[in-house]
Amino acid sequence: MIQELHFPWLEVGIVLPLAGAGLCACLADSVRAQKVAILVAGLTLLLAVGEWADFAMVGSFEAHDHWDLAQRLTGRDNILVIDELSAPLPALSALLFLLTILSTLRTKLDRFSMSLTLFSESIVLATLSCHDPWLLIVLLSLAVVPPWIELVRRGVSPRVFLIHMGASIVLLVAGRMLLGDVSSGGQASGLSAALLTAAALLRAGVVPVHCWMADLLEKATFGTAILFLTPMTGAFAVMHLVLPVVPVWAIRSIAILSLITAVYSAGMALVQKDARRFFCYLFLSHSSLVLSGLELVNVIGMTGALCVWISVGLSLTGFGLTIRAVESRVGRIALDRFHGMYEHTPTLAGLFLLTGLASIGFPGTIGFVGMELLIEGCVEVYPLVGLSLVLASALNGISILRAWFRIFTGVPLQSSVSLKSQFSERFAVVLLVLLILGGGLWPQPGVASRHHAAKSLMDLRHQRAAAKSHP
Amino acid sequence: MLTLAGILVVLSPAVLVALFGISTLLRASVAETVYSRCTAAAVCTGLAAAVWILAAMLITDDRQVEVSLGDWVRIPAGAEHHAGEATGGSASAGSHPVDEPHFHFTMKFMFDRLSVPFVIMTYVLCGVISAFASRYLHRDGGFQRFFLFLSFFLLGMILSSAAGTIETLFFGWELVGLSSALLVAFFHDRRGPVVNGLRVWSIYRLADAAFLIGAMSLHHLSGSGDFSGLAGQGVWPEGRVDIPQQSVLLVGCLFLFAAAGKSALVPFSGWLPRAMEGPTPSSAVFYGALSVHLGAFLLLRISPLLDRSPVLSGLVVLLGAATCVFATMAARVQSDIKSSLAFASLIQVSIIVVEIGLGFRYLPLIHIIGHACLRTLQLVRAPSLLKDYNSMINALGGVSEHRSAVEQSRYQRMYRFAMNRGNLDSVLDEFVVRPFTSVLLWSDRMERRWTSWLSGENR
Repeated sequence: MIQELHFPWLEVGIVLPLAGAGLCACLADSVRAQKVAILVAGLTLLLAVGEWADFAMVGSFEAHDHWDLAQRLTGRDNILVIDELSAPLPALSALLFLLTILSTLRTKLDRFSMSLTLFSESIVLATLSCHDPWLLIVLLSLAVVPPWIELVRRGVSPRVFLIHMGASIVLLVAGRMLLGDVSSGGQASGLSAALLTAAALLRAGVVPVHCWMADLLEKATFGTAILFLTPMTGAFAVMHLVLPVVPVWAIRSIAILSLITAVYSAGMALVQKDARRFFCYLFLSHSSLVLSGLELVNVIGMTGALCVWISVGLSLTGFGLTIRAVESRVGRIALDRFHGMYEHTPTLAGLFLLTGLASIGFPGTIGFVGMELLIEGCVEVYPLVGLSLVLASALNGISILRAWFRIFTGVPLQSSVSLKSQFSERFAVVLLVLLILGGGLWPQPGVASRHHAAKSLMDLRHQRAAAKSHP
Repeated sequence: MLTLAGILVVLSPAVLVALFGISTLLRASVAETVYSRCTAAAVCTGLAAAVWILAAMLITDDRQVEVSLGDWVRIPAGAEHHAGEATGGSASAGSHPVDEPHFHFTMKFMFDRLSVPFVIMTYVLCGVISAFASRYLHRDGGFQRFFLFLSFFLLGMILSSAAGTIETLFFGWELVGLSSALLVAFFHDRRGPVVNGLRVWSIYRLADAAFLIGAMSLHHLSGSGDFSGLAGQGVWPEGRVDIPQQSVLLVGCLFLFAAAGKSALVPFSGWLPRAMEGPTPSSAVFYGALSVHLGAFLLLRISPLLDRSPVLSGLVVLLGAATCVFATMAARVQSDIKSSLAFASLIQVSIIVVEIGLGFRYLPLIHIIGHACLRTLQLVRAPSLLKDYNSMINALGGVSEHRSAVEQSRYQRMYRFAMNRGNLDSVLDEFVVRPFTSVLLWSDRMERRWTSWLSGENR
């Protein structure tokens, strides 16, 4: 019997940004639309935090909304459910959306649609609390729509993005249709498992089907691309749609390919000449680290992966927002020359370095303990995997400082206008930095919460394994 | 009382980092004198506490004082026990009692005959350099930045020196690496320092990776990251490890790699002269005195591993000797004083490494302290040192250059080798970096072509 929350946090949190999207679409004035979007995103964040706190008070592994309107409307049980794994993720995602909206400069409002952003937020929040496989597939499909519309509006080809996302959805649908009944711990057949694995690899951007990510970052607005990637709904979908039903060989394939992606992307980030592509590979490397950690067979490693999930979400969003802030001043940033931005934006320079280093788990930041746990877990089970993780982290560290040097050092840029960072930009990144440092200096609550989630997931896997061996 | 002193040793640089970090982040306009006085206050507090610990240890004849701030992170074993059953996890995981922590990151500091001299030396030299820099960098645009990086460096050195666990040592080790790289690139409107800063950082990251794997392996093998646990019942330098010899060699090699990166031993020696691009005070305290000895410190700290494996000790001696020969040759042909002093430092560091490999423990420690103090003095007065040197050469009536034809030919080859700094950098660039980046650049081109074709665009 699933416990009930004290308020319909999930449903209100999903409907509110949806209503906000409708309202913003009706507003002709983009500045007013931004104000409305900030208000709506702020309220959504409060709801998401409320849901997290309420879930902690309930103290069970899973909980659904009070009244559960989704159940009444559809007649199906447990559609929107929050569990130990996903409890902090809506709050994290809502924060990322709020800060991205908040830090958008007025000069960029005509390109960055507030209504589409709020629509995306609604979809992301619904995805992160959805436990119904078919609805999850529908939500993953809907999430593709806002970036697609934006690419079309910008007059660039959305084909690469659509081909990959479309293929992922088709494979997911086909895989689920062939799957049959797995509710009693059954397992997917060979073909079904292969289709689901291929879908997971596509959605998570695992090598060699990762090119859509670089294409999206190059063609869409930076804000939209960040918000499509950093909530890591791909990893969430893998956790809920693929891992529970596919056999061991499929899980291992995903783990090995994720690991190869982590190292390959870390290397690719090192040679990029464009800041957006650099960010793409940096993100890909980190998200693959998380994905490979989630398939580990020990609690320590999985705790580390879940901690890194949160830290990467925070730090790489802050990192992306800093690049976005610099980009809005000097245009697309080429990394094959020095830009000399330090004198103009020393605060952004500091924040860039801090968020970048946080993503690689630098001591004192939120990712440090997570990376330690992840590597510790790996070394215990597969020493070579641990070695690869450390190598990827080392390469990422080098590429982050290289990018910092290229963007902020060199002969100071001559400009006739002030390039100082705006308060809203600084506020957004400073808030993330405070969370990054706070989580780094006082890691125990976060680690304990993620450890509990990892333990519950392990127990669940154990129960499934037992059901398979004793049908 | 000793616990309080131990906390003060670590806390004073941490407070300094927090103060400077917040003021930099908020872009607060703070007078130069405030920065230098805050640094002086932190250094004096930490130094006084360290001296207090030393005095107490001498009076009570206590050779090891441990200060534990408790578990920073703690994961109990009960869950892993369960998972071990579920997934066939390791026996060690399953065998833990339920109330025993399975993973714990303890903030523990250890004051013994190795760490106390290192802590005191760090405070003295950083204090001297901060006083020197407050005049040297007076009205320099990067004054605040320098002191911020110096505070990070100080914290990193203190954490590394006084670390009671391998994880705490790694914490400090990373801070030292970052602050060093940023200070090499201090004059960042020029390309040279920035390129060299990135090179230093790259070497450090690879060394850090080796350190991290070594630390995790050690944690896994000994069941704990505590140095006291690693060294058994004995205190430094008499500890003994109880780890299989094969594993000792593997873990020891990883730490040796890390030490080689940090102390610029062969084949990583190329970064040391490049690091001299930074301001003179940072060159003095980082690459002449403290940071360059951190690799040797690590080898001393893990000396129980060296005692357990003669092969590992032999490798340490070999690496030290090779670096010594190389640095001796390179030092003789340098044309600027800072590079000359960098290689002179390297000669001494390599001799220290040889001493460690040969089984000495107190001799290298004394050598480190003497060398660090002398080199700091030489580097901060580098311009006048050149003048002194010229006076000495004049007084000697010049250097004899007479050689036979055979000697001349051999001399020229050696001269070329030394001038090219043993081609170490170019060998690393040509045989490690270039193949790696070539493959990646090719992949990048292929990926772009593929996406262009897929989207129907022509790039």
